[in-house]
Formats: sequence, structure tokens, C-alpha cells
Amino acid sequence: MPVGLVFVSHSGRIADGVVELAAQMAPTVPLIAAGGTDDGGIGTSYDKVLAAIGAADRGQGVLVIGDLGSAILTAETAVDLLDEPPAGGVRVLDVPIVEGGVAAAVAAESGADLDAVARAASGDAAPQAAGSAPDAPDLPAAPGPQEATAVLADPEGLHARPAAALVRLAARFDARVTVNGADASSLLRVIALGLRSGERVTVRADGPDAAAAVEAVVDLLEGGA
Amino acid sequence: MDALGTDWAIDWVRRSAAVVGEHRAELSGLDRAIGDGDHGENLDRGFRAVVAKLDEATPDTPGAVLKLVATTLISTVGGASGPLLGTAYLKAAQAAGDAPALDAAATVALLAAARDGVVTRGKAEPGDKTMIDAWTPAVEAAQQALDGGADAAAVLQAAADAAERGAEATDPLVARKGRASYLGERAVGHRDPGAQSSAYQLRAAADAAAEG
Repeated sequence: MPVGLVFVSHSGRIADGVVELAAQMAPTVPLIAAGGTDDGGIGTSYDKVLAAIGAADRGQGVLVIGDLGSAILTAETAVDLLDEPPAGGVRVLDVPIVEGGVAAAVAAESGADLDAVARAASGDAAPQAAGSAPDAPDLPAAPGPQEATAVLADPEGLHARPAAALVRLAARFDARVTVNGADASSLLRVIALGLRSGERVTVRADGPDAAAAVEAVVDLLEGGA
Repeated sequence: MDALGTDWAIDWVRRSAAVVGEHRAELSGLDRAIGDGDHGENLDRGFRAVVAKLDEATPDTPGAVLKLVATTLISTVGGASGPLLGTAYLKAAQAAGDAPALDAAATVALLAAARDGVVTRGKAEPGDKTMIDAWTPAVEAAQQALDGGADAAAVLQAAADAAERGAEATDPLVARKGRASYLGERAVGHRDPGAQSSAYQLRAAADAAAEG
């Protein structure tokens, strides 16, 4: 099961909206909104946050992301006072709720653990190549880093949804993959490239699955996937 | 009266509820100037809920009274002041423990624990234009009064006086924490609503000890 995510916003509609957006890219991740006060007003609710942490917990830990200062305070207080903290741990992160939330959801969808999901939300690069690769094609390991160039096919450019697909794809290989130098395990870094349709993109990979990873990412960028 | 018992704690809470209700519009007005304008309403809603619970429950120590205040404020206040004040009362309750009554030293320990709770939760420092600017001088004055041989009521008196001066001293500050920090220089000339409401609560504690 993936890490669960809780979005704490002063506004119920913002929290619901982040869940809606993230769910598009992370359909199997528990995404729970805890927005607004108990009576639906602007503010944050300790009881809603507590309930949301319980609902998001599937055993692999829960990451709580808040929007403004007091959402973080409410979340931290709730975490401190939990009777039964999630077995997989619980973290509260003060990051931009939309960008960080979507990045965290994509990382959770790709099977990352709580630490890695928190890093993804913060826009930090992974300390090493993204983990094991159960679904990776069974190609012979190529020695040394691999590199190829792709021409971006998507007429909309590399916007959030295809970027998320790229991050999920890259995570399936036992290789450290970069796209124009940006760590492909970080959704925020990939989106920050602002790649446009028709642009030439350099894909590099290092590790046992480097060749397969480069091939798959190039295929995706050129519209094959 | 030297040691402060459960009756004092209940009286303190009821007086806090009354003074917050009385100054609700004023506190929200201060918050409207430099925040989101709901501090008075939020705190009033929280303390009304506390009083409603006190009417039903029968806490038998000062610590039990303060714990009830803590959990109720955390789940009813909503804004940043819910978790901050809730943590303050929770730490105060833990400092009071199961003691049936608090002497002067225990009262200072309670105030210090409350202040430390707010600092830990909010990560603010003195001079950031937050409720810390009322709590920190209050604790320091309480400690000085204790060192000078004051009883519990006099310790609270000193704390309340210092908290009021501390709240007034937030007027010229630029906020470095909370919603007001977005305003930069525009927060200058406005009192921090959290410091003001903290001063009211500490005055309520002192009045309960003096008049109760």
C-alpha cells in the first residue's frame, strides 16, 4: 500500500481541489482532504485533521501537508496528541500545498516510502537511484551511463500530467535518470524545466537498467507511451 | 489565601471566558488590522465551549481543569491561537500534575511551562510580535516575584502586570511570525491580538487569586 496524504487547508474547497488534482496522477494513493472548520467556515479543524490521518493510514505512514501557518500548527498539535500514531510514522510538512502535494502524490503512487515522499514534496532530489524495479524490462545491464536525445511530442509541452507519467516511469527502473540534468525522480524539478513541444531533450541514466530507462523515457517524450 | 486550588482554576477559566467575551470585538478589530480578523470570535467560541464543558464535568485538581481547557480550545478555536493556547494550557496542566493546590513556586512553574509550550509550538522568539511577547515578560516577572518572597496570588499579579506591558510593547514591532508577518512595516502601530488576549487571560488568573 502507498503512503497516505492529508491536505490541511483553511478552505475546504482548496483541500478538496488539491485532492482532485492529485488523484488524477495518483489514483491508488489515499488522498484525504481536511479543509475548513467543523462548521464549514474558513479555518482549520483539529478533529478533521485527526480523522483524516486515520483515514489516510494504510500502514506505510502518512504525510500531512498544510497551507498556511496555523494549518501546520493544527496538524503538528494533532500529531503530538495522537492516541495511536500510524505504525508507518506521520510527518507534517510546510511546503506549497499544490505543487508539494502533487509531487508527494506522484512519489507515493510510484511506491516511495515516507521519507522519499516527503523529499519529493520538498523538491529535494533523491539521495540515490530510485529503488528496485519489479516491472522493468529484462534487458542485459549496459555498462556506464547511457544518453539519448528526444524531441518532445506533446503539443502542450511537458506539463504536470505528462511530467508525472515520466516520474512514475523513471521510478520503475533501477537507474538514476535525469532529463536535461533534472532529477527525474522529482516531479517539481521536471516540471520546472518548462519543456515545450518540439524542444530537444537529453535523457541520461546511470545504473543497471540505464539503457532500458533511457529508451523508455525517450519513447514517452516522443509520444510513444 | 496562599496555595491555589481547583476553585481558583475554575474561577480563572470562567473569568477568562468572561473577559474574552467582553473584548471579543476589540480582539477581532486588532486582528483585522494585521491578521485575518477572527481572533475575538475564535477565542470566544473556544471559551464558551470550555465553560459548557466545565458546567458538566467535575475536574478535581487545577491540572484537570487546565487539561479540559487545553483539549477544548485545540478542537474549537480554529485559527493559530487554538493549537498555541491549547498547547500552553496542556503544558500548564502537565506542570500542575495531580497536585490539589499550587504554591507560589508551582504557579511560576505552571506559567513557565505554558510559555515554553507556546514557544515550542509556534517557534517564535521574543520581539516577533506574537503572544510570546506577553508570556515571556510574565514568566520573568513571576520568577522575580517568587525570588522576592511573593505568594501565589502576588506572583500572578506580577505576571499579569508584565503581560499587559508586554502586549503594549508589541505596538511598534514588525511581525516576524504568523499572518501579520506578510504585512512587513504595515504591522507597525498595531497591537498583536494574541499578546493582548494572553494578557487578558493572565489578568483573569490574577483576579481569581486575589478576589476568589
